[in-house]
Amino acid sequence: MAENSNQNTNVVVERLRGWSPNAVSEVIEFRGETTIVVPRNVLRDVAERCRGDKELRFNLLSDATCVDRYPLEPRFEVNYQLVSIPRRERLCLQVRLSSSDPVVDSLVPVWPGANWLEREIFDLFGIRFNGHPDLRRILMPDDWEGYPLRKDFPVEGYRDIPSIATRYTRNRT
Amino acid sequence: MTVQSETSTVETATGKAKTMVLNMGPQHPSTHGVLRILLELDGENVVKAIPDMGYLHTGIEKSCEDKTYSQAITLTDRIDYLNPLGNNLAYCLAVEKLLGIEVPKRAQYIRVLMVELQRVSSHLVWLGTHAIDLGAMSVFLYCFREREEILKIFEFVTGQRMMTSYIRIGGLALEPPTGYLERVEKFVKMMPGRIDEYEELLTGNRIWIGRTKGVGYISAEDAIALSMTGPTLRAAGVAYDNRKVFPYSSYEEFDFDVPTRTDSDCFGRYMVRVAEMRESLKIIRQAIKKIPPEGPVRTDAPGIVPPEREKMKTEMEALIYHFKIFTEGFSPPPGEAFAAVESPRGELGVFVASDGSPKPLRVHFRAPSFINLQALPKLIEGKLIADVIACIGTIDIVLGEVDR
Repeated sequence: MAENSNQNTNVVVERLRGWSPNAVSEVIEFRGETTIVVPRNVLRDVAERCRGDKELRFNLLSDATCVDRYPLEPRFEVNYQLVSIPRRERLCLQVRLSSSDPVVDSLVPVWPGANWLEREIFDLFGIRFNGHPDLRRILMPDDWEGYPLRKDFPVEGYRDIPSIATRYTRNRT
Repeated sequence: MTVQSETSTVETATGKAKTMVLNMGPQHPSTHGVLRILLELDGENVVKAIPDMGYLHTGIEKSCEDKTYSQAITLTDRIDYLNPLGNNLAYCLAVEKLLGIEVPKRAQYIRVLMVELQRVSSHLVWLGTHAIDLGAMSVFLYCFREREEILKIFEFVTGQRMMTSYIRIGGLALEPPTGYLERVEKFVKMMPGRIDEYEELLTGNRIWIGRTKGVGYISAEDAIALSMTGPTLRAAGVAYDNRKVFPYSSYEEFDFDVPTRTDSDCFGRYMVRVAEMRESLKIIRQAIKKIPPEGPVRTDAPGIVPPEREKMKTEMEALIYHFKIFTEGFSPPPGEAFAAVESPRGELGVFVASDGSPKPLRVHFRAPSFINLQALPKLIEGKLIADVIACIGTIDIVLGEVDR
């Protein structure tokens, strides 16, 4: 099983390298999963290839998420979990972003399903997606300050926020 | 969030007319929780729909980062509260992948048995509530009668009706009690007749067909593009089921079909889910035969899986391991793992990242309800307001999972 997936992986990496030598900056093999680290500037092109290439056909974007490696740099890793339904294969695309410039191209033009996934990452990590049609907060209130899933945001939140009870009485008077 | 309603106009037979914005939810019984939808209406027709959620956001992913790997299991129960065992399974599979440990066959089969029972119970809640939304009151009572039987089995086996936390890293929490298979067998014997009863009430019912047939159509291409999974995608004709495509927990040893339809409307989704209940019963029947009467339910991984009670009384190492697991936890090697299971609602994926410390660096849940809900505007825009309720119902959302 592991050998098989290795073979398939090589196909993906070879296809991408054959298309552009800069498309893949690192390949991580861990517990039978393949993660391809992609430079930020070519992410959308690589994604377009992964979906459109007849040999790859990763037609379903299963998941997108972010990891905050604070205080290391580059601080953020955005992971896209791709599935090829016809080829029965999974792949992870990864982009690394620094804390000073957490901006990456949106994948909504490639997979429309990325819309809410990227909104969630924007909401909780503060990463901006270029070309996203509707980049608003999705889980937190619109007027929320800060990005709760960042490592420098305390688990218990900030204590000086007035409680709901005081806000309620203040509005009444 | 606001909508600029005063600027929106629509073309009507008698000229331009203003649209109305209706706020559906968050306190609305047919949104199955606290979903809010801003509906821009032209009379009874939906022009635009904007789902708004987060009312139940409890920061479970953030809380997981502050707990040890074993402690976080209790939080996974509360994400999709109709599928706690499935959530436990997905999380444990991800952590087991990260650790690189295997689970004994007996535990794997019991996991399959429990998760399939959970799938039946989740579909029963779905069927009951969806039917009551569309005006079929009696189905709800029958569905909950059978669900109660499943919850009684859960209570017997795990000690809890809903928040079971029964599936643990490396196996199961406890050895199941004597006689549990007989109770499951009794249930499996009774259930097919009961599903026939629901079908008798609904499948040929003219009102039911009128409310569901041709309502909420989505093409297979659109469904894949919008990352939909689960019964909603299978009703569009795509046989994508994680249990078949990427088997886990020994599903490859079970013989079952993946029901699909091509009509891709609310009726098709209803038929797929009913067929799935029957397939789950098929799997449960096979699991009853497969589960060996004796054998370990936890893998032998000192320092990760708690030792048996008996050993702790006689062996010094067991006592030390027990103490270490429950005080500091265990540290998987640095890396990232993604494990996906087929929950009743679709592909439930868990992403776990480790930095080599006893607490996860990041836990992310690929919540099928959240992602399937994204297709709601596509299903309802241009349709009648009554169809909105049917469509929300057939996507089968659980708000605990949408907001996490």
